[in-house]
Amino acid sequence: MKKLKNNQLYRLTYCAFLETIREPEVLFWGMIFPVLISIGLGLAFTQNSVSKFQVMLAGEQQTKLDSVLVVHTIPNKVSGKDALTWKIQDQTLGDTEFNFIRNSWDASIIALKRGEADLILTDSMGIVRYYFDPYNSQAQLVYMKLSALLKSPGQTVATNEASISPLTLKGVRYIDFLIPGLIVFGVMSSVLWGVSYTIIEKRSQKLLRRLVATPMKKSNFLIALMFVRILMNVVEALVLFFFAWLIFGIQIQGNIGALLVLFLAGNIGFTGIAVLISCRTSKTEVGTGWINAVQMPMMILSGIFFSYHNFPEWSIGIIKMLPLTAFADGMRSIFNEGAGWMEILMPSIALSAFGIICFITGLKLFKWY
Amino acid sequence: MFQIEVNNVFKSFKQVRAVNGISFHIRPGEFVGLLGPNGAGKTTLVEMMEGLKNPDSGEILIQGKNWKKHEAELRKIIGLSLQETRFTEKLKVRETLLLFAGFFNLGEKRVNEVVELTGLESKLTAMVGTLSGGQRQRLALAVALLNKPQILFLDEPTTGLDPHSRLDLWRILKTLKDEGNTTLILTTHYMEEAESLCDYIIIIDEGKILREGNLKELLEGSAHNLDELFIQLTGKTLRDNTGNE
Repeated sequence: MKKLKNNQLYRLTYCAFLETIREPEVLFWGMIFPVLISIGLGLAFTQNSVSKFQVMLAGEQQTKLDSVLVVHTIPNKVSGKDALTWKIQDQTLGDTEFNFIRNSWDASIIALKRGEADLILTDSMGIVRYYFDPYNSQAQLVYMKLSALLKSPGQTVATNEASISPLTLKGVRYIDFLIPGLIVFGVMSSVLWGVSYTIIEKRSQKLLRRLVATPMKKSNFLIALMFVRILMNVVEALVLFFFAWLIFGIQIQGNIGALLVLFLAGNIGFTGIAVLISCRTSKTEVGTGWINAVQMPMMILSGIFFSYHNFPEWSIGIIKMLPLTAFADGMRSIFNEGAGWMEILMPSIALSAFGIICFITGLKLFKWY
Repeated sequence: MFQIEVNNVFKSFKQVRAVNGISFHIRPGEFVGLLGPNGAGKTTLVEMMEGLKNPDSGEILIQGKNWKKHEAELRKIIGLSLQETRFTEKLKVRETLLLFAGFFNLGEKRVNEVVELTGLESKLTAMVGTLSGGQRQRLALAVALLNKPQILFLDEPTTGLDPHSRLDLWRILKTLKDEGNTTLILTTHYMEEAESLCDYIIIIDEGKILREGNLKELLEGSAHNLDELFIQLTGKTLRDNTGNE
């Protein structure tokens, strides 16, 4: 035990751990914030909320529309304006609420430009016309719902009777998609900021120079930082998973061993990137720029909050090569698709190899003073 | 054998020649002061002796060995306190000392010894961030002494300290001198420090040695103290250039 305590890797790891937990912000940003995000997004996308659409009624002559609206709507106030509200109840897809606001054509166009309305409706000589941006999916949805409704106002889009079977299986909900994404995103952020920023700060304080003027093994310093980050990431992921399990009933359907291996590979991958990012600069501003330049594209492209299949087809192949995409896809396959060792073998090897290459390159280029 | 041999060393940074053909030899147990104003080239010279910078040309040998081939070996026998090093503020004094002791495979016993030597007993559990300037310098010295170094480099250890803290540090260094096991190379721009602590003083300005010898030899001429000598040699004072006093 005494021999271990005098070991430099043990001492470096222990001190790096103390430095980390003595930052109160670590607890908030590393543990509480991801839980709050998951709860917020989880509740927003799993609650059966009311879909509200704003429709501008432009022009004076609305004879056909008026005859329908007078029967099915009730007078209401929407954002301080007089409106006619048509509520359609639907236990399967959630309730829908159309708010019709009368206005001039010009004022209706302005409302559309401001995003205050989804669609403009006119009625000329009994012919109802819909005006909207055909590339706007929300406007398309309003058009489809509203045109069906006006065609058969009495049926009120009776989806209760339609053959819709709601899928509420675990693994297909948005929260099931989100939690593995948040876990891998947490690993990336924690490692990039925790390792890169620590190195750059110590270099700017000339502490690296002091350390390297001792018989300290240089790789031990970086390995200690990685150990501490992995430990913190395990705790952060467990906290996030615990709350997701408690509130949303999230489950891991795949192999736990495979999950641990992939988690470790992700940590190695991002530690390598972090060391490479921080291998030269001693300015924290420059370091922050580099970290953001690496983190932001992956955060947007790698499908953390929404599927990357929304991006153009030509870009999907490139996106899949990003480390965070490989990590997120692998993690989701274990969480939601019951994946095991074989499925995560390739991403784990790729992430580890990429991390080791970056780590060695970073160490070669490393500026200690 | 000399502890340190500096042979015709040059070092430039872009257009600035920081060290311009300096040579000297230091014997075991000697306390040597490198005296000169800011920008004289003291720190560059010391950092080359510490193996943290490479000379452009010339040779530096520590106990007859060069840094390139014997770095691991030499790191174990030297101790140093760099200018402007800030230890991690979120660690306690004891934790910082144990961290550095770990690099030499040393334990608490040696940590306790250097704590006693540097008078840091009452600050062992204090966070480094809460220490005063003098206490931080004592911590830097304690870290430098952990491995019982045969050669100790101190780069302006008392700069910015109040007179009381400076005297405290001098007292510790005099204890080391009395023990006689350590060779000390100290850079300073305080003539009192060089006069009080050093057996041999090398006066440097603009990367060159202006004069060297023991205090008696240096003051053989008309100068009454090192500051006067420096004025005679350069036409400027040691302290005016520092801006500290």
